[in-house]
Amino acid sequence: MASFALKTALPSYLRDEQLRIEGFARDFGLDFFPTIFEMLNYDQMNEIAAFLGFPTRYPHWRFGMEYERLSKSHEYGLSKIYEMVINNNPSIAYLLEGNSLVDQKLVMAHVLGHVDFFKNNFAFRVTDQGTDRRTGGPVRKWIDTMANHGAIVRRWSKRVGVEKVEAFIDVCLTLENLIDPNKPFDPPKPRKEEDDDDAVESTELHLLRVEKDYMESFINPAEFVEAQKSKLEEEKEKTKFFPEQPDRDVLGFLVEHAPLERWERDVLSIIRREAHYFLPQMQTKIMNEGWASYWHSRMMTERICDTSEIVDYAERNAGVLQTSGGQLNPYKLGVELFRNIEERWNRGQFGKEWTDCDDYAERRHWDRRTGLGQEKIFEVRKLYTDVTFIDEFLTPEFALDQKLFSFGFNPRNDRWEIESRKFEDIKKKLLFSLTNAGNPVIEVLDANYGKRGDLLLRHDHIGIDLRIDWARDVMQSLERIWQRPVELHTVLEGKNTMLRFDGNEHIQRALK
Amino acid sequence: MSLKIDQDHSRFRHIVRGKIRQNLRKYISKGELIGRQGQETVSIPIPQIDIPRFRFADKQQGGVGQGEGKPGDALSSPSPGDGKGKAGGDPGEHVLEVDVTLEELADILGEELELPNIEVRGKSSIIDQKDRYVGIRRVGPDSLRHFRRTFRSALRRQIALGTYDRDRPVIIPTREDMRYRSWKTEEEPVTNAVILYMMDVSGSMGDEQKEIVRIESFWIDTWLKRQYKGIETRFIIHDAVAREVDRDTFFRTRESGGTMISSAYKLAAQIIEHDYPSTEWNIYPFHFSDGDNWSVDDTLLCVELLRDQLLPASNVFSYGQVESPYGSGQFIKDLKEHFKGHDGLITSEIRDRDSIVGSIRDFLGKGR
Repeated sequence: MASFALKTALPSYLRDEQLRIEGFARDFGLDFFPTIFEMLNYDQMNEIAAFLGFPTRYPHWRFGMEYERLSKSHEYGLSKIYEMVINNNPSIAYLLEGNSLVDQKLVMAHVLGHVDFFKNNFAFRVTDQGTDRRTGGPVRKWIDTMANHGAIVRRWSKRVGVEKVEAFIDVCLTLENLIDPNKPFDPPKPRKEEDDDDAVESTELHLLRVEKDYMESFINPAEFVEAQKSKLEEEKEKTKFFPEQPDRDVLGFLVEHAPLERWERDVLSIIRREAHYFLPQMQTKIMNEGWASYWHSRMMTERICDTSEIVDYAERNAGVLQTSGGQLNPYKLGVELFRNIEERWNRGQFGKEWTDCDDYAERRHWDRRTGLGQEKIFEVRKLYTDVTFIDEFLTPEFALDQKLFSFGFNPRNDRWEIESRKFEDIKKKLLFSLTNAGNPVIEVLDANYGKRGDLLLRHDHIGIDLRIDWARDVMQSLERIWQRPVELHTVLEGKNTMLRFDGNEHIQRALK
Repeated sequence: MSLKIDQDHSRFRHIVRGKIRQNLRKYISKGELIGRQGQETVSIPIPQIDIPRFRFADKQQGGVGQGEGKPGDALSSPSPGDGKGKAGGDPGEHVLEVDVTLEELADILGEELELPNIEVRGKSSIIDQKDRYVGIRRVGPDSLRHFRRTFRSALRRQIALGTYDRDRPVIIPTREDMRYRSWKTEEEPVTNAVILYMMDVSGSMGDEQKEIVRIESFWIDTWLKRQYKGIETRFIIHDAVAREVDRDTFFRTRESGGTMISSAYKLAAQIIEHDYPSTEWNIYPFHFSDGDNWSVDDTLLCVELLRDQLLPASNVFSYGQVESPYGSGQFIKDLKEHFKGHDGLITSEIRDRDSIVGSIRDFLGKGR
């Protein structure tokens, strides 16, 4: 684990702070995994940030690119990473050496908010790796898992060649987002090698066993035989399609059915597994940051800071929550929405009576003194993801107070413009950008397309086209893995369109 | 401290190198690298390497923002994100700045243009001194103390004297135990080289022509610096008369007089004779002009100077003729006629920026 690899134990004065802050957090009702804080210098911080928080990942150049980018922007003074925490049990968080004590306390308070969220939000259950018999808590040993992935990829690199493996990882990464977020992660079943030949056609009718011939028409009456026959027909009809149902878990489908070599299958499974690990963090970006910011601000102002520290804290906090250039800041949006929910449930601004009320002034001053705010936000942090969070709790008043707007690209002026301040428009755009973690929905329709074993995919078009140059690149990756021509049905500029890549050339044609 | 990321980082650098090589011709003809030259490195902008995915077309999607303004107002940031790390929009929008050493850049240039290494003329009269750590001695400065050797001799002494205690293995070196690294000064021959740039700055050479010369000289410098350890550059500008200037003036001066190329050749010959005896120096004169010369007589004088003085002294004499709307372009024809089959003289016509690459290859491709 990280603590062994790096000599980064916390100095004792910070250790004391940690215990103190954890005490406050528990008083407030936060329920978090044990959390290990480690102290890093900026170079180590950049390295670990490039690995997305982990001390070791599989070898790939893009981590190097990220490291270069982070180091450069640190050198130029453009950015500084304050906190990083990984969803692991125990959770690991990093503090940057040389930060002021107020900063370190702020980060600790913030991190405990995240860890509480990791532990309690339902979306993160897909990252459970079993249950700890001793504590009853979930097992999340992702640091070890990531290190194992690294070891597997390194071993294959040694055997088949670094460049070959790296090039294949490039291919897999283009498919990284093609997982089914609604399906709990299940590891692909071991591949049945000869299943096509072994499968016995079940052409026999399922009739009840008859001892005596004369009983036949009583036990298996004509209607029953008919019913069984048509059932069989249906079954046959179904098995013509493979997969039987459109499958959104494109990666899982490929792992199971694509003609891959063992090392390729290993690599593709690793990419899929890690994509599932990072998915809940993408699904809950606004909530997670909002929750952590809510708690750091309450803990810092109510318990942690003394008078000499409060101004420094306020300055830092303002920096974290600022919105500039019209950009939406997930920290800001999240924390304001949590506060808004707390206030609404404290004042009873919910339920039928509230919804039916359309008097602006009355709504503004609505107060039933219900005092359910705290309870409600803890419930929300457990049961919602960004999509449902926004869908249920974003109100016209809130959008107005927060000065939200929707924007779009205006080709006539060749610039990005504010489009609307209408609540419906804002909510629609916001939900769109959050749905499926901002990814288009792509599913496997037919893996024996044209009866030639081609792969047919469908893009579930909900108003916005695919970025076409990238889509072509991804088609190439799919062909590389499937090793047969690949076709995608989508909509481009209002027309049903098929994109096809057969290994040599891209074809794009309108569909009837 | 060595980091785990180092391996990934070097893989990335490897890819970057490929990218630079791929785009080298573009970098050369645009000349954008010159302004990015630092002491030892060049900062090269390469397009960010994105991993393509199935994504929404950015310009259709839009998003939600926060702040002042009414519908129809432009957003202040050119490409807004909603803070969710949306994938990059237009290609070229995200640019990575990568530092590359000049040596590496020269190697990339060499690989891409398939330039042969230069065969250095056998000159060894200049001797350089170099220090090399070769042994150990008993006296020296603390900064050169050899810790392991010191420890070993102290340990040996303590065991010999019986003062070494197995249970409390404390080793205290005395003055006699101290060991220091020692060095030896070696002499090694060096090959020195000088580049003599000459340029016509008469009225007919416009800004674009000078820019082409500037770009070309940057790459010639880069390559020759890689080939020779110590390299000097001298600059001569001429119209009807020639004078020596510094680098800055070289590229900025604009005169309106006529052109007498012989004046530059005379000055070059003088400089060589005075400062760079050809027995000790590798000499590379480069001359750029638009090919217009004052008179036939002057051209004949140039030919004479070349044949008798410049060519015998130089490794290779390079003449680059930049096409300009005013120049007649006659000079290159005269040179070709007079020096047919002479491999000490290289001529190259540079029509526009795109032909800089070919011209560099003309000049440096012979390996002389």
